[in-house]
Amino acid sequence: MELTNENVLGKIISKFGEENIWDAFSPDGIMTITTNRASIIDLIQYLYDDEELQIRFLTTMCGIHYPDHKGKELCVMYQLHSLRHNYRIRIKVFMPADDAVMPTLTNLYATSNWMERETFDFYGVKFVGHPNLTRILNIEEMEYHPMLKQYPLEDQTREDKIDTYFGR
Amino acid sequence: MSDSNNDIKLVDAPDGVSGAGFFATSFEKVIGLARKHSLWPLPFATSCCGIEYMATMGSNYDISRFGSERPSFSPRQADILMVMGTIAKKMGPVVKQVYEQMAEPRWVIAVGACASSGGIFDTYSVLQGIDRVVPVDVYVPGCPPRPEQILDGLMRVQELAENESLRRRNSPEYQALLASYNIK
Repeated sequence: MELTNENVLGKIISKFGEENIWDAFSPDGIMTITTNRASIIDLIQYLYDDEELQIRFLTTMCGIHYPDHKGKELCVMYQLHSLRHNYRIRIKVFMPADDAVMPTLTNLYATSNWMERETFDFYGVKFVGHPNLTRILNIEEMEYHPMLKQYPLEDQTREDKIDTYFGR
Repeated sequence: MSDSNNDIKLVDAPDGVSGAGFFATSFEKVIGLARKHSLWPLPFATSCCGIEYMATMGSNYDISRFGSERPSFSPRQADILMVMGTIAKKMGPVVKQVYEQMAEPRWVIAVGACASSGGIFDTYSVLQGIDRVVPVDVYVPGCPPRPEQILDGLMRVQELAENESLRRRNSPEYQALLASYNIK
């Protein structure tokens, strides 16, 4: 079977159902689907195990922040690659900012260990089951997650660093 | 030989009482004079200001003529910590540790906008001035400052060193200052 976006989407939906896979589109030729927290690990495991697809390489994963999307402010994006077929797929999971919890993918892809720590560091998404979920690039004592789209000044009384000097 | 010996400028003696065969002055002034002309800088350079400092070390500007011969790249026996450049927050504990390893009396110069205030980098990762981590004696403005400005900063520390009371480092004010930075 040649892997096309339609074929792969049909396979995934017949396996996981319409209620778990939605919003499929191809913004840049890479099929992008949205799923929920409950199916994400099973879905990636299925893509790995399926003999036809053989999507067995985790290209990247990261967090995204949409401060204006009520109820789904945070997103975790996985990008996978089938080296056998040179086929790419992108999977997104949205969640509310006050419930930023995801299951870990480290049991399947060891490389996601670093990426999940980075996502936790910069976005505050907690990955349940991660073996060492601590800050990785920023200083430990930091009290905020810097990639969230909030830009408070450190010291509100400073006049040499008001927003107009920084183009904000 | 040449007459170049006439060009050598000697440091003026401090105020004191002199007579036939003796000269008396206060211990504090002698120590201050010695400290002033034997400062040993420890350069802690990270970015553009560090490059300016390299020019300051070169033969045109020659920071060594102030007795600060051979910058020490170790805190051992160094007495000025010169922090030049952007200090990331992750680097803050390192600056503090280097400062703690230096022996008293020690002075600190923050060179340039970044070391003094974080500069243009009002970001999550940059320390907004090294005075959040260690006490600073002299701030050198500029982005980056010219070598003349760095030399001026050094000369201001020389003034501090010359006029500092020997008991200052034991004073409760100084202890409180260090305690406010959580240093010993």
